[in-house]
Amino acid sequence: MTEDAVSGEQAPPVRARGLVKRYDEVLAVDHVDLNVRAGDVYGFLGPNGAGKTTTLRMALGLITPSEGSVELFGRDPLRQGARALEGVAGFVEAPRFYPYLSARKNLELLAALDGGGARERIGEVLEIVELTPRAAHRVGGYSHGMKQRLGIAAALLRRPRLLILDEPATGLDPGGMRDMRLLIRRLAGEGITVLLSSHQLPEVQELCDRVAIVDSGRVVYEGALADLRRQGGAGYRLRTTDDTRALGVLGEQTGIEHAAAGEHGLGFQAEEPAVGALSLALAHAGVGILALTPELATLEDLFFRLTEGDAADGSADGSLDATPAQTAARDAVQVG
Amino acid sequence: MSAAAASPPAIAAPGGIASALRRPGTLTIWRWELRKLIAQKRTYLGLAIGMVFPLLFVVAQHLRHHHGHEGGNIFFAQITQSGLATPVLTLIFEGAFFLPLAVVLVAGDIVATEDGNGTLKTILTRSVDRGQVFAAKTLAALTYAAVVVFVSAIVATIAGVASWGFNHVTTFSGSVVPPGEALLLVLAANACYLIPIAAVVSIGVLLSTVTHNSAAAVVGTLAVTLVLALIPVIPGLEGAKPYLLTTEYNSWQGLLRTPTDWGPILHSLWVCALYAVPCLAGAYLVFLRRDVAGG
Repeated sequence: MTEDAVSGEQAPPVRARGLVKRYDEVLAVDHVDLNVRAGDVYGFLGPNGAGKTTTLRMALGLITPSEGSVELFGRDPLRQGARALEGVAGFVEAPRFYPYLSARKNLELLAALDGGGARERIGEVLEIVELTPRAAHRVGGYSHGMKQRLGIAAALLRRPRLLILDEPATGLDPGGMRDMRLLIRRLAGEGITVLLSSHQLPEVQELCDRVAIVDSGRVVYEGALADLRRQGGAGYRLRTTDDTRALGVLGEQTGIEHAAAGEHGLGFQAEEPAVGALSLALAHAGVGILALTPELATLEDLFFRLTEGDAADGSADGSLDATPAQTAARDAVQVG
Repeated sequence: MSAAAASPPAIAAPGGIASALRRPGTLTIWRWELRKLIAQKRTYLGLAIGMVFPLLFVVAQHLRHHHGHEGGNIFFAQITQSGLATPVLTLIFEGAFFLPLAVVLVAGDIVATEDGNGTLKTILTRSVDRGQVFAAKTLAALTYAAVVVFVSAIVATIAGVASWGFNHVTTFSGSVVPPGEALLLVLAANACYLIPIAAVVSIGVLLSTVTHNSAAAVVGTLAVTLVLALIPVIPGLEGAKPYLLTTEYNSWQGLLRTPTDWGPILHSLWVCALYAVPCLAGAYLVFLRRDVAGG
C-alpha cells in the first residue's frame, strides 16, 4: 500500500482495485481494476449494460462500491468527498442541467460550486463548444447535442487534469460526432488525461491509446490498444504473379496458418519469422511477390472476440475477415 | 464546436488546480438554491397560497354581516374595529393547513426535484461536499417557509388596515394594546409560528430525500400533519396532545396575552425540536450515503 502514500501530483489519475457493485442479486460491476495513467486517452469500452456507467459513478463518488476502492490522483472520493474531485471533471450518462435556467446561468451556478476562477472562464468555455449565441436560452429547449456540448463546457470550467466522459458522442449527428472527437483530441493534446467510456468502436480506435474492455461487469482486457491489436494475431495479405502456386507454397511452409484465397489475393496468419521464410520460399518456387502486407486486427474484431467469447469463435473464427453483413448484425445488437 | 478553430484558448491548467485555491462555502450554495427557487413556478404557487388566503378572508368579512360576539374569539369580535385583528385571525386559520401546505410544496421538492432532473449528480461532481449541499438545501427550504409566512402576514396586515384602520386591539387577556405595539406583536407571532413550520419543513426535507419523488414527499408530509392533527380527537389519545407538532401551530398565541405567556412558546421549541432534529439528522445521513444513480 506504499503507492497510496504517493502525493496527488504523482498518483495516477484513476486507480480502481477490485470494484464491485451489487444490486440485490445482480452483479453490475464484478471486480474491476482500472489504471489510467497521466496523459492517457483511455477508452473504457463495452456493450451497453456492461457496467461502464456504474463504474464511472463509483469513480466520481456518486455511488458506493459494494467492495473495492477507487482513487483519483491518489484520493478516494468516498472518504474525501469533493476534495478527491479536485482537477477532475466530466459527466456520467447524459449531462444534466436545470432546464428552467439558461445555459449561462447553469454555468454560473456550477462555477459558483467550483470556486476559484471558474466564473471568469464561462465565456471562454461557451466559445469552445460554440454555444455562445444560445447561451441566454433556457436549457430546457436545447437539443441533445447541445446539452452534450454544454456538458463538456461545464467540465472545462474546472480546468480538469482528468476528464471523465461517458459516451459523449451518443446521440450526436455525424457532424457532431466528428466535432466531439476533434475536441477530445485537442483536449488530450493539451495534456488532459481523458477517460472515455464508449460503445462506439471507431471512436475508441481513433482516439484512445489504452483501453479497458468490459463485458458483463468484468474487465476482459486492459492495456495498450496497440498490444491488443498485435495480440489479435497478425494477418497478412499476399498478392503474387501466380496465386495457385503460391497457395501450394503456403501450405508447405511451417508457421503459416489459415491460408486461403480471397477476392483480393491470398490471406494467412503467421508470426514474422515465418513470413520472412515464406518470401524466400516463394522466390525459390518462382513466384513473384506483388504485395505482402500485414493486416492488423481492427478493434472491432478483437472486441467481439473478447466479449462474445467462445460462442462467437465458432461462427467467426476468422473474425479478421468478418463480412460487412456480420459486422452490421453485431453492431445492431451491440449498439442498439 | 470550434475544435478546429485557429489558436484556441488553452483549457488545461498549467500544472496546478485553480479550484483548489478557494472552496465555495455553504452560503454560496444556499444563494444559488434560492436563485433556483426564484426560477421555478412551483415556488410561486406556495407564495400565491400565502397571499390569496388573507385577501379572500378580508373580502369574506366585507360581505358578511357582523354581530357582537362571534365564534368566541376576541379578535373576531373586533375585526371591524382594527385592521390589526386580521393578521391574527388569518394566522389562526391559515396556520392549521394552508401555510404548512405552501411551505411543503418547496420543502418536499427541494431534493427530489434534483433526483428527477438528474441534476444531483451535476452538483455533486463539483467542489462542494454532500453535507454542504444538504445544509444549503435545508436552509433554502426554511428561508422559503419564512418568506411565505411573512408575506402572508404582510398581505393580511395591509388588507386589514386598509379595510378597518390602524387602531388599537384587545388581546386574548383583555388588555388594550396600541396599534404600533400590536403590529410588533403580529410580527413576533409570525416569527414564533416559524418554530412548528421549521419542523414541518424538516419532515418535508426528510421525505424528499428518502422518496426521491416530490409528489410523494409533499403528500406524505401533509398526511403526517393531518394524522397528527387527528390523534387528539381519538378517545384515549387526548393525552398525546401537548406533544403533537400540530398543537404547536397555536403556541404563538402566548404572545398576545398580558403579561406575555412564554410557556407555550418554550414548550413548542422543544416539542418541535423532537420532530425536526431526528428528521434532519436522518435526511442528512441518507443524503450523505445514498447512491446517486438517477439521471
